[in-house]
Amino acid sequence: MTALLTILFDGVAYGMLLFVLSCGLAVTLGLMNFVNLAHGAFAMAGGYICAVLVNQSGVPFFVALPMAFIASALIGLVMEQTLYKHLYHRNPLDQVLFTIGLVFMAVTVVDYIMGSSQIFIHLPAMLEGQFNIFGIGVGRYRLMIIVICGLLTLGIQLTLANTRFGSRLRAAVDDPRAASGLGINVPQVFALTFAFGSGLAGLGGALGAEILGLDPYFPLKFMIYFLIVVTVGGSQTITGPFLASLLLGVADVAGKYYVPKLGAFVIYTVMIVILIWRPNGLFGRVAQR
Amino acid sequence: MSADHGVGEVSLRRARWGHGETAFWLIAIAAIFVFSDRYLILTEMAWLGLFALSLDLILGYAGIVSLGHAAFFGVGAYAAGLLAVHGIVKEPILALVVAGCAAMVLGFATSFLVIRGSELSQLMVTLGIALLLRELANKFSDITGGFDGLQGIVIDPILGLFSFDIFGKVGFIYCLVVLFVLFLLARLIVHSPFGLSLRAIRNNPLRAAAIGIPVNRRLIAIYTLSAFYAGIAGALFTQTTALASLDVFSFERSADLLLVLVIGGAGYLYGGLIGAVVFRVLQDMFSSWTPQFWQFWIGLVLVLIVLIGRERMYRGVMWLPRLAMRRMTSLSRSAS
Repeated sequence: MTALLTILFDGVAYGMLLFVLSCGLAVTLGLMNFVNLAHGAFAMAGGYICAVLVNQSGVPFFVALPMAFIASALIGLVMEQTLYKHLYHRNPLDQVLFTIGLVFMAVTVVDYIMGSSQIFIHLPAMLEGQFNIFGIGVGRYRLMIIVICGLLTLGIQLTLANTRFGSRLRAAVDDPRAASGLGINVPQVFALTFAFGSGLAGLGGALGAEILGLDPYFPLKFMIYFLIVVTVGGSQTITGPFLASLLLGVADVAGKYYVPKLGAFVIYTVMIVILIWRPNGLFGRVAQR
Repeated sequence: MSADHGVGEVSLRRARWGHGETAFWLIAIAAIFVFSDRYLILTEMAWLGLFALSLDLILGYAGIVSLGHAAFFGVGAYAAGLLAVHGIVKEPILALVVAGCAAMVLGFATSFLVIRGSELSQLMVTLGIALLLRELANKFSDITGGFDGLQGIVIDPILGLFSFDIFGKVGFIYCLVVLFVLFLLARLIVHSPFGLSLRAIRNNPLRAAAIGIPVNRRLIAIYTLSAFYAGIAGALFTQTTALASLDVFSFERSADLLLVLVIGGAGYLYGGLIGAVVFRVLQDMFSSWTPQFWQFWIGLVLVLIVLIGRERMYRGVMWLPRLAMRRMTSLSRSAS
């Protein structure tokens, strides 16, 4: 029983992390139908920036996290304005080729600068180890992830539901043409959202370095996870990817614990089955476009 | 093209064997004698060309996007390797066909998943299948050898007559012959009514269905055939290198394959072959500049191709040959 709860706890932490990592991708895909396979590269950027700040410059971990967010968001903004912007109306094949190219470049550049071995971020002592609540082992670091990611999710949800920017964004997702007809500056909304999504990915990369491991192949290794979250969750809402992330996180941790021989096999099978069963995603609205 | 040519006549003329094609294959044969010290890279070009040809069949002719074509390549490679290691089918050509059929079965089984849904879910499903197979090959390491790959692959002489030599000359000729035969078959298929109906589906599936083309069945058929080709390419890889390891399933292989086809251009069969030659030459060049980081340049090429635009790139490349052709025709006209 306690093992089960620990798995659930770890799975939820993992799932929350995946959500923060991939919700930017969900928006990119939902808003502009853009297949951004290079999303993981922004996460990796955030992770490495945080690692350099903490390990080499001695910046405290909790200061480095927002800096990783801001830096990745800026990188995202620059990339969007210079490169991505021109590709929104191309077919998916072009977008896929382009972003694969970016991934290859990002992987080798990081490999060149930082070396190919895995990097660890020195954590403050208060985040290490675990404590017991009713006999359940709760890792401090994972608890922090749940708290931070939970707050972020809540913030994102409230922003989307209650602010003016959120309603603009939702309008632009639903129907970009009608939205621009109503005077919403869709390209600007998109640029800001892209930057924010990249920032979140960067923050996720920094937070996840401890759990997921950080090396130059990060964007390739976790690409499929981001894509699963988005395809299973659908890209129309933010709740869909959130639930999908939790499901994926728990399934992955449980799968690796109970049937280690099958490993990641469980997840890929689940994804394919879900895509056959509901091609628009588990929580996606049917026949949108 | 004047208006009195019917569609049938135009497609017949396109199907006719041109001088350019004769020249292409003559050059390929000449490579046996000219580049006698580069057989290994030539062999690689041959199976990579076949692999790209198989992607061209679904992408260029039927409009199916695949991000996991390495799945079939890998199945073919492992099948050929296992057949050789356990001595089930000793003769390479027979083993080649068996390996191709193994990939074909998988292609048929997965085609039902792939033809469903949008391009995005196609990408997802194909990628997922390739990763799944890689995971399977990794987990069943008692059969596949896991990360180390299959050990002790020894390939018997072809037809019991020609044994593979260390310079790779026999291997290259073997690959070239297989490539040529399968190319002729593909050429026949894409110019048949079946091939024309595929192009109709690619251009507009709804309209194709309205004029009575069984869209799903045609897509399943071509996807299965493409899997067969990819399986043969994989088997050739194993037979000529005596290797089969996990990286036959890798994502990079599928991604590189897309680049190969994009370099050569999809939808006219030669694209994959030309792309394979250009890609290998580029790769060779990049890895001699920066041995560990050649992938950076591959990425850069991909990004540049998309930014320039594929159409514009082909127009740029074809500008000089077209100009020469026009000069020649005008010269011959003025001479007569």
